[in-house]
Amino acid sequence: MSDTQKDISPSRRAFLRGAAATGVGLAAGSAAAQGTPDPLITEKQDWAMTTGAGVDETPYGLPIKYEGDVIRRNVPWLTADPISSINFTPIHALDGTITPQGCAFERHHSGAIELKKEDYRLMINGLVDQPLVFTYADLERFPRENRTFFLECAANTGMEWAGAQLNGAQFTHGMIHNMEYSGVSLRTLLEEAGLSAAGDLSDKWVYVEGADASSNGRSIPMEKALDDVMVAFKANGEALRMEHGYPVRLVVPGWEGNMWVKWLRRIEVTAQAVEGREETSKYTDTLADGTSRKWTWVMDAKSVVTSPSPQSPIAHGTGPLVITGLVWSGRGAITGVDVSKDGGKTWEKARLAKPGEKMALTRFYLDTDWDGSEMLLQSRAHDDTGYVQPTKAQLREVRGENSVYHNNCIQTWHVKANGEAENVEVSS
Amino acid sequence: MSKFLPKLMTATALAATLAIPAFAEGFGLGRPALPEEITAWNLDISPNGDGLPVGSGSVEDGEMIFSENCAVCHGEFAEGVDNWPKLAGGDGTLADKDPLKTVGSYWPYLSTVYDYVRRSMPFGNAQTVSDDDVYAITAYILYSNYIVEDDFVLSNENFLDVEMPNADGFIVDDRPSSEYTIFTEENACYENCKDNVEITKRATVLDVTPDEAGTDQAAAEPVAEAAPVEVAVAEEAPVEAPTDVVSAAFDADLAAKGETVFKKCKACHQTGEGATNKTGPVLNGVFMAKVAHVDGFKYSNDMLGAHEAGAVWDEAHLAEFLAKPKSVYAKTKMTFAGLKKDSEIAAVIEYLKSVSQ
Repeated sequence: MSDTQKDISPSRRAFLRGAAATGVGLAAGSAAAQGTPDPLITEKQDWAMTTGAGVDETPYGLPIKYEGDVIRRNVPWLTADPISSINFTPIHALDGTITPQGCAFERHHSGAIELKKEDYRLMINGLVDQPLVFTYADLERFPRENRTFFLECAANTGMEWAGAQLNGAQFTHGMIHNMEYSGVSLRTLLEEAGLSAAGDLSDKWVYVEGADASSNGRSIPMEKALDDVMVAFKANGEALRMEHGYPVRLVVPGWEGNMWVKWLRRIEVTAQAVEGREETSKYTDTLADGTSRKWTWVMDAKSVVTSPSPQSPIAHGTGPLVITGLVWSGRGAITGVDVSKDGGKTWEKARLAKPGEKMALTRFYLDTDWDGSEMLLQSRAHDDTGYVQPTKAQLREVRGENSVYHNNCIQTWHVKANGEAENVEVSS
Repeated sequence: MSKFLPKLMTATALAATLAIPAFAEGFGLGRPALPEEITAWNLDISPNGDGLPVGSGSVEDGEMIFSENCAVCHGEFAEGVDNWPKLAGGDGTLADKDPLKTVGSYWPYLSTVYDYVRRSMPFGNAQTVSDDDVYAITAYILYSNYIVEDDFVLSNENFLDVEMPNADGFIVDDRPSSEYTIFTEENACYENCKDNVEITKRATVLDVTPDEAGTDQAAAEPVAEAAPVEVAVAEEAPVEAPTDVVSAAFDADLAAKGETVFKKCKACHQTGEGATNKTGPVLNGVFMAKVAHVDGFKYSNDMLGAHEAGAVWDEAHLAEFLAKPKSVYAKTKMTFAGLKKDSEIAAVIEYLKSVSQ
């Protein structure tokens, strides 16, 4: 089998997978296998004879219509209303590490607002030497930096605490995106306002707040604020999208997405945490005895196989199979990923597409020769702190079953002989 | 090293991070924030009461204000409607299988309630409640949780005297000691990690069909994947929709503008195919319909009375209502304050015509 598979180019493999996914089936593939000339080659095709779209047709392009299923999706029963809700990145259908803005998940508490740059104001107040107001144009005049980070919602995989619930990587792990941000360091802005009024900085906080009706606000320790937090206005080279906080959002590397305040309008230096709704009643983690952890900001190391997975089944039969996925850590850089095909009995090292970058998504591949047997596919992250991604059983042992947030457990896909996959939980 | 940051950085790196020149030179950008501006935005309230405005409100007043502004989502007794947050109950459930987390059972600080209600509520009409009314709402939520009596009056004076039941229920993130020491390279297994592996739970079983759902669900998956293609096709629908409306005076451009304004209404009202009653009734066919025409929606008595009297949502009546709902129906459950611009009102009415059958 492997001999005949050698001449199948990656693009052909992608075509077959695409055909299967859209329900066209493997007709073209089987015709070729039987030695019948492929009409796609032997017959002149329209696209090879007539002209295509001109340059004026699409001043700002969307993906070609054949990719119309690579979209964000919502799980309606999760929330009372789509305006205060979340959707999911189609990670099962993406590759590489950068998430296109147009399909990067959204989470709003009072809907995404339309705020013009001209109407944008950013205030710094509280324990600063001089409270300041910046316009958008002011922000563009500070020294700028470009950095790539993942943003993961603390609730990502949260629906899976009780068992295997949602059947697709998009739904189990899609509250994540990874973008290259351009902006100003928060440190620069705080220094512009002056921090001597704050005195000893080691116990001070920065409270950040958005301009939308939810007025989402979070308290961030001064150490973090001065370390790597960014005030960003571009993502992946272009303006932030409305749904991601246009014109300005906060970037809090490695920490839960709720802190990355969108439509950022105010930064207040305080002597204490404000303990707002999103840092007390939400985004806290209740343990088995009813006690709850608070200030659980950092997102621990985690990984998931994005393909094959329930929404991305194996459509090509036995032979060469690319197992791929995403891996990340909020505490540092990824150093390795293990993959298990037998539900965690044995593990092998996967290949990182590029060396891990701090607090950014890393892509991994395991190039394998699939013999068509069932797999219980898992992946396990290692980061540069020496941390290894735990199983769900290990997490439950420490936290009990009442947690919602910060579920970074190892995920299992049951890949069947026909190539379909299902979200399952396995014995420990 | 500060007391709350678990090994975020090494001590040296931390010292370097916190070393700020006493007077940073700066870039001279931005302008001083004026006192009035800071007052307008600096609304957050801390657990120690910092930021609380002077004022007060009673449980008695709170009951009425809550009923008018909050009950539509949170229930008359703060018990929650549908999937909207429950604000009362759940006492002693935090260690149970499905803990009920409410202001009474979970929230550690009362300041959080006042802060959140004042800045972020009511949903879709935030920052419209007066400081005294926020005190009253806060008092009523406390009363709903049996934390205060029915004659209680909450004010900035006695605010910190209220004891929240779960005030001591929180610990600072202890993962560094409870987890990072266990989930390590040393403990990672590579070979013969377990004797056998069994599937213990399946996503498809938790789904609607418990038996043989595995294969059904998997087989159905490509269909589900294909669905969005239909959505893409449906993009042309809005162009078609207005042609259904037989109305001489109908202005499609104005209706399109109205659809944008209608986003403000979508928090509570659905329109179009498959619309259902949410916080507010479905608005399909509302134009020229009798007031309170949707079966199964619990309208206010005011509206039911108008229904009996034969009132109709014609252009004038809709315009009047959309400008200031409570001036037309004082008891309406609609918390929305009204549209300020006549142009927006006209546009929304035009849009509502387009969703009328």
